[in-house]
Formats: sequence, C-alpha cells, structure tokens
Amino acid sequence: MTYKYFPHTSEDISSMLGKCGLKSLEDLYQDIPQELVLNRDYDLPEAMSEVEVRKMFDELGQYNAQLKCFIGAGVYDHYCPSVINAILSRSEFLTSYTPYQAEISQGTLQYIFEYQSMMATLTGMEVSNASMYDGCTATAEAMMMAVANAKKRNKVLISDTMSPIVTRVVETYAKFHGIVVEHIAAVDGVTSRQDFEQKVSQGDVAGVIVAAPNFYGIVEDYTGWADLCHANKALFIMNCNASALGVIKTPGEWGADVAVGDGQSLGIPMCFGGPYVGYLCTSKKLIRKMPGRIVGATKDLDGKRTFVLTLQAREQHIRREKATSNICSNQSLMALYVTIYMSLMGKQGLKDVNALSYSNAHYLADKLSKLDKFELAYPDKPFLHEFAVKYKGDDIDYLQEAMLEAGIQFGLKLDNETLLLCATETLTKDEIDDAITICEGVQNLKSDDIID
Amino acid sequence: MNSVYYGKLIFELSKEGRCGYSLPKNELAQYKLEDMPQNLMRQEAPALPQVDELTVVRHYTNMSNNNFGVDTGFYPLGSCTMKYNPKINEEMCNHHAFTRLHPLQNESTVQGALEVYYNLQNSLAEISGLSEFTLNPFAGAHGELTGLMVMKSYHLSRNDAKRTKVIIPDSAHGTNPASAAVCGFDVVVVKSRPDGTVDVEDLRPLLDDTIAGMMMTNPNTLGIFEHNIAEIAKLVHEAGGLMYYDGANLNPMLGMCRPGDLGFDIMHINLHKTFSTPHGGGGPGSGPVGVRAGLEQFLPNPRVVADEENMRYTVECKDTALGAVSGFLGNFGVIMRAYSYILTLGKENLRMVGPLATLNANYIKECLKDCYELPIEGVCKHEFVFDGLKDKSTEVTTLDVAKRLLDYGFHAPTIYFPLLFHQALMIEPTENESKETLDGFIEVMRTIAKEASETPELVKTAPHNTPVRRLDDTLAALKPVVTYAELAAGIQ
Repeated sequence: MTYKYFPHTSEDISSMLGKCGLKSLEDLYQDIPQELVLNRDYDLPEAMSEVEVRKMFDELGQYNAQLKCFIGAGVYDHYCPSVINAILSRSEFLTSYTPYQAEISQGTLQYIFEYQSMMATLTGMEVSNASMYDGCTATAEAMMMAVANAKKRNKVLISDTMSPIVTRVVETYAKFHGIVVEHIAAVDGVTSRQDFEQKVSQGDVAGVIVAAPNFYGIVEDYTGWADLCHANKALFIMNCNASALGVIKTPGEWGADVAVGDGQSLGIPMCFGGPYVGYLCTSKKLIRKMPGRIVGATKDLDGKRTFVLTLQAREQHIRREKATSNICSNQSLMALYVTIYMSLMGKQGLKDVNALSYSNAHYLADKLSKLDKFELAYPDKPFLHEFAVKYKGDDIDYLQEAMLEAGIQFGLKLDNETLLLCATETLTKDEIDDAITICEGVQNLKSDDIID
Repeated sequence: MNSVYYGKLIFELSKEGRCGYSLPKNELAQYKLEDMPQNLMRQEAPALPQVDELTVVRHYTNMSNNNFGVDTGFYPLGSCTMKYNPKINEEMCNHHAFTRLHPLQNESTVQGALEVYYNLQNSLAEISGLSEFTLNPFAGAHGELTGLMVMKSYHLSRNDAKRTKVIIPDSAHGTNPASAAVCGFDVVVVKSRPDGTVDVEDLRPLLDDTIAGMMMTNPNTLGIFEHNIAEIAKLVHEAGGLMYYDGANLNPMLGMCRPGDLGFDIMHINLHKTFSTPHGGGGPGSGPVGVRAGLEQFLPNPRVVADEENMRYTVECKDTALGAVSGFLGNFGVIMRAYSYILTLGKENLRMVGPLATLNANYIKECLKDCYELPIEGVCKHEFVFDGLKDKSTEVTTLDVAKRLLDYGFHAPTIYFPLLFHQALMIEPTENESKETLDGFIEVMRTIAKEASETPELVKTAPHNTPVRRLDDTLAALKPVVTYAELAAGIQ
C-alpha cells in the first residue's frame, strides 16, 4: 500500500499501532458497534492517475461552450488582471485557515484590513466586515440585522426591481427566521415611490431593501428615501453592483445604513456561479450589530502596528444561539481577489471599466433600438451597462438559438418578448456588430422560415 | 519579510497618477459615461490606492511571507481537518473550459459543468449512505442552516408546526446553536457524560412532540465516537424528530462508517475539510447537504437533475423545495476541486483516509499523555483534547503553549474549545502527515512541557521568532479601528 498522499510505510504503521497498544488499523474502530461499520468498498471508480484526471476534465470541458457574453443579471464578464491568480495561488494564502493565530497570520489579517478599507470607501460607508459568502446571502444577513436592530418589528420591504435571484434567497431566510417580506411595486422599471411611502409609513417596518443599479440595469433616484426610512425607524439597505460603485452615487451618499452586494464584478471570473464574495458595510454606530468577522488594528508587545480578528463577542463561538449570525468564516481568498483588483485598478481603473462598459452597452442599445423589431423596454431611464429590450419578432427563443450557434449568449430571457442584455469592457465593437448583424437577419425571417 | 521596507499598507504605497492595469481603447467613446444624470453619480472618487503592477506584486508577495499554511508546515488545528490540498485539484479548478462559464448561460452549453456537479452529488451520497445531495451551500455553517431548513420543511409539510426545538449536545460547536437560531428554532441542550459522549438518560426526558430533531457531530468535538448513536437515533425517531449529522468530523469515518447507516437523516459535508479543498484563509468553502430518501423534495433550488436516457443534465426548480440559499449552484470552483480529489483517490484510497488519520491522532496522544493532561482515556478518532499541561504548578496556560509552538514552526492546535475543559488543546493531525513530522511535533511538545517547568517566562512571553509578537486583543476590541481611513485619521 503506497499512495502519493499517504506517507506511512507498513513499518511506520506497525510501530505506531504498537505505541497505541493495537495490532491493526481496524482496532482503532473497536469502539464502534460492528453492525455500524461499513464492510465493503465504496461504489466509486478506482483511483486515477494525474494523466487520467486531466483527460477526464478535458473531456468534460468539451461539453461546455465558451460564449461571447452579452448576459449579466448579477454576474459580469469583466477583465481579470493576470496578477491576481498568480498571487492567489501562493500557498501561504491558499492553504491557511482563519487567522486565529495572529502572530503567524499577519498576511491574511492585513489584506482583510485593506479589503475592509477599500469596501468602505467604495460604498461610502464607515465600516465593512471581512466579507461574506455572496451577494444574495449578504442581503439576507442585512435583513436579519435590520430586524435584530428594530427589536420588536419583523417586517422588511424589498423592491420589485431587486434581482429575483437575490429576492428568492432573502425570502427563504425570512420564511425560516420568522420575518415578513413585503414587496414594493415596480412601475416602469423603477421602484414605486408612492408604494414605498405608503408601506414604510405603517410604522412596523424594520428595513427597506433596494438595488443600485436595479435588476433591469437602471440607476434609480433614491433622493429622500433614507430620511423617510429613518423617520419611520427603519434601516435603509442598498444592494449595489460593486464595480458600478466606482462611478454611481454610493449608499453612503444616499444616506443608507447598510450597503451589501456581490463583489464578483470586481474582476472575479464567472466560474459558473462561484466562488464569489459578498460584502456588507455599515455605519460605525451599527458595527456591533454587524454579522461576520471583522479585523481591527492593534499593537504587539513591541508596539508594532498589527492586525487581529476583533469584536468576536458578537460571534457564534462565544454567543452561541444569541450570536448576530451563524456565519463563522469569511470568503477570505475572494476578498483577497477583489483587494488586489482594486489595488491594480485604483479609482481611475474602476472609472475606465465603467466608461468602456457604458460605451459598449449604449452602442448596442442604440443600434438595436434602430432595428424594426427591437425597442428598449425603459427608453427614458438611465443605465450603465445593462438594459432590458423588447423583441417584437416571432420567436425570441429562435433569436437566442441563432446567437448560440454563432457562439453568443445573447442576454437572459425575462419573458417571451423581453431580454436583459449586458455589455462590459471585454466585448469589442466587432463582436457587438456581429450580434447586431444576426439580430437584423433574424428579425427579417418570417415564422414559417423558422424550423425547430 | 523585511518589515521596514515592506511592512506598509497598500494605501501607504500609493502615488497620484500611478496605475496597475491596461484596458482596450474605447472605440465607441462617443457614448460617454458623463452623459449620465449627475445627481445619480458619486461626487468624490473612492480613496483607492494608485500603484503600479510590480509594487502590487511585491506588496502581496511579502504579505504572504507573514502567513502560515498547510504547505508551510504541520497544522494540527483540531476540528478543522487541515489536510494537504493537492495541486492537481487547483489545476483542474482553473481549467479554462470551466472558469469562463456564466451561471445563466444556456444549459446545452454547460453540460460538462453540470456533469461534474451531478457526479459529485452522487459520490457524496454513496460515501455518506444518504439518498441525495445539494452542493449549493457555501460553507459548513451554511450547510447546517440549509439542513435545518430541510428539517423544518419536513415537519411543516406534515402540518406539524409545534416542533420548534432542536436538541444540541453541550459539547457542540457554537455554530450549531447559532444555525438553529437563524432557522427559527429554540435550542435545548443535552449534557455530556464524563467520557464526553451524550448522556442518554439526560436526553430521554427532553424528547416530546415539540422536538424537531437533534444535531450531532460524530465523532464528537472531543474526538470520541458516540457509541450509543443507534439508541439515540431510535429515541429521537420514536419521538418524531429527525437526526442531523454535522459533518465537521467526517474525516475519520471515511472508509469505515456512513452517517446514513448510523441513523442520520440529514447532514452537511465540509468539502474544505474532508475533501481537501483549500481553506483559503477562511473561505471559500463548500457545505453540501445530503438527505435520506423521502426528504429530497425539500432540498433547495436550483437542483441539477439528469435525464440518464438522453445523457442530458438540466437545472430545475421545484415548488416543494425549501426555497433557495444561494444565487446559483454554490461555489462551483470548490466543487471542481473536490471532484478531482475523489477521482484521484478512488475507492481504494478513500477508504484509507479515516484509518490513517485516526492512527496519527492516537499516536500523538499516546506519545504525549505523560506530559499533557488527557481527560478521556481510550481510543480516539481523528482528534483528541488535552486539558493543558500535566504539571499544573507552572501557571503556563494553553495559550502560552500554543504561542510557543509557533516559535518552533508549527501551527497551534485549536485552543479553549470544546468548552468542557478549561485548558482545552485540541489536536488533529491528518492522514497526510508522515511519522517524521509527527515525531518532530511530539518532541517539540515535550520540550515545551519541560520549558514550562524550568523556564516558564520563556513560554509565557512566546512567541519570540514570529514576524510580530503577542498582540493586544483588548485594545483592538475597546477602540475598534477597522479601516485605513480611521487609521490615517489617528483614531487609535
């Protein structure tokens, strides 16, 4: 029995068993009732060599297609600087655990401190936690934070312009945690101010959750929303696209109490849905109500500036069922990812990414709206790099399939006449032109021409 | 690391006008971001650093030198299963045919990814003796929460709304009660016996028709197998409750025991423990949840299912599901690594994981029990707990021993957990550690015990050889400074 991950020789095993006063490896399990022991091999394949494992994944990979990405809906194909993977693959970061032993974990602790600093300035908030699983669960955590903060209220409002992918996670957490979620209606692609005012004024709302930009890509105007929330003792929670915050008005500027969202747009590869990183930022006043880990600055015995996990009295290993959350880790490596991304990009890089994406998306929208059978769903609403378009042709599925054949994922189908389209800086003008040419061709086909 | 030259924060290396990126030229510059309504735009740019590429690379490379990982040295952190993270898994998870997939792109273009997901679901079901798995939860704690949601959904589907309590042993990890609370359950604590296992006599009177279920870790947090598990499961089931298996300690069970065969109905697995995916400084992890037949319909949306006849995989959402706990299909990159691990080990090596990890733990225990207090005798599983030094006259604490270990190039064990012992020192070596490594650790632990008696100050002021010395935790918590802006403003 030799295997590359198991260093013991049979002599090692016998001598170690001898030290334990045992004769065989089975003796290590003598305390387990015999009828509970598995007396067979797993019904799984035999070991593969690296050569075979590589072939296996190569083969599986052939059943995937690399598409030109005109889809967003919360996950964006942005430029990933090559530096990041090189640093992330350093095993000192990759193979460490939560930095409990601060003296040999200053690398992790320092980048988390940098991450918190960057997320705070990006969102315009005072403090950030050390990161969370993803944008959906971070939003659910913000909802629970609002309810815990309000003490005797258990209702939150969520805008219908929030991504349904986020809302369904929020609603799941709410259902089990005993929180009532009410929706604020969407009118013409934006949250109804009237419905919001009417619902928040009932005096039983713990928090209000809105999106920026919203699911349809629209940047909404939240002037006065925070004040109205505060007048009614509710927290104002904003779920924002992290990359867009480089240019759009921040939760801090809108007067929000909590900023949450996904950090994937800060250069994290799409990787079929994860791993990403959730962020949660708030005011200093609410820091002890905040879920998740936090790193703080302190000094060591020599007076040197150092960093350490802090405010742990909020956490589950001390507070158990009274903790602010059951979260007992963070998404550390992905927090490092976005920290390096923001270090490389800086304020100008984030602005450039947004400007390029804006140009690409607005060119696409402009060209499409000039075609007979396409029109913007919300033509008078401001958007950055994502927008909804109505297709008046015969078969929206055929349009998407024709695109697929050309190696293009042409948006997300919202209903039989609406697509949610996105263009980031990774698309070229030629690629956009190609897509528009296909649109022109397809819209001129009659339904009789379309054969399934 | 040279902390004089490289000990700064990235913000302190910033200089106006520098940059570390390159982007394509804007061929469509006539479409201007400046045309956005100004009242919707941020008024002041974020205070992000401005640095060139090499400065960024050096900064983070030097920071990594201040870190300790499994690749650096022995990491016997109890309950965390810090096993070797094979390099082939990293290579596979970065496979170009997978990293650029959008989670919502057409199903026909992600069949390879769905097959990985589906095959890992099935492999975990076989290894755990349960019926079906979801890989959507992002971490162990997230898996616990999802599993408890399954439990609640099951009772509610039977219109049995009075089951509001979950039983949790006093030795359990704090996440168990925290997850139960997030899921809207009340927590009932069952006591341990002196040998660390659940007291069945204490359990009996707690069981009635208000109990939704019981959460257990087996082997428990003391590394002891709960030998009464069959009886406990029977009692809980007779009372109408479900058994939840916290997979934190699944590693020693590999090849020997399956939670499904022990009577558990729902469980989570930490892929970052048992299935070798890297801990990444705290995440990303993955916490798949498995259930017994009859509970599948409650697993969260979205689900990956196979039409085996046509060899086609689809993603579906069911109305009976508990809802959704993730945006998409979990931490797919972690799922790729775990699948690579299972393929690499195969059935013949997977079955050796448990016994070899268990042998290593027992060997360390037997070699050190004359200098460290072993509260529970007998065979342990993958980990065990010492209650501090045997010589109690020295005033050297478990914290001191942990810090002194850092001087010798080892990571410390888990300390002050479980709470049952005041000076708990919880040691977990994994199956990947050689006898030489274990002997080296044992020798250092014996040296520290000797130092504690002969030169206690040396131990009490440790560490001495690490990049920084002991930190002031109290200062950090008393006046929290959590951003560079606060630091620069001299708040501390």
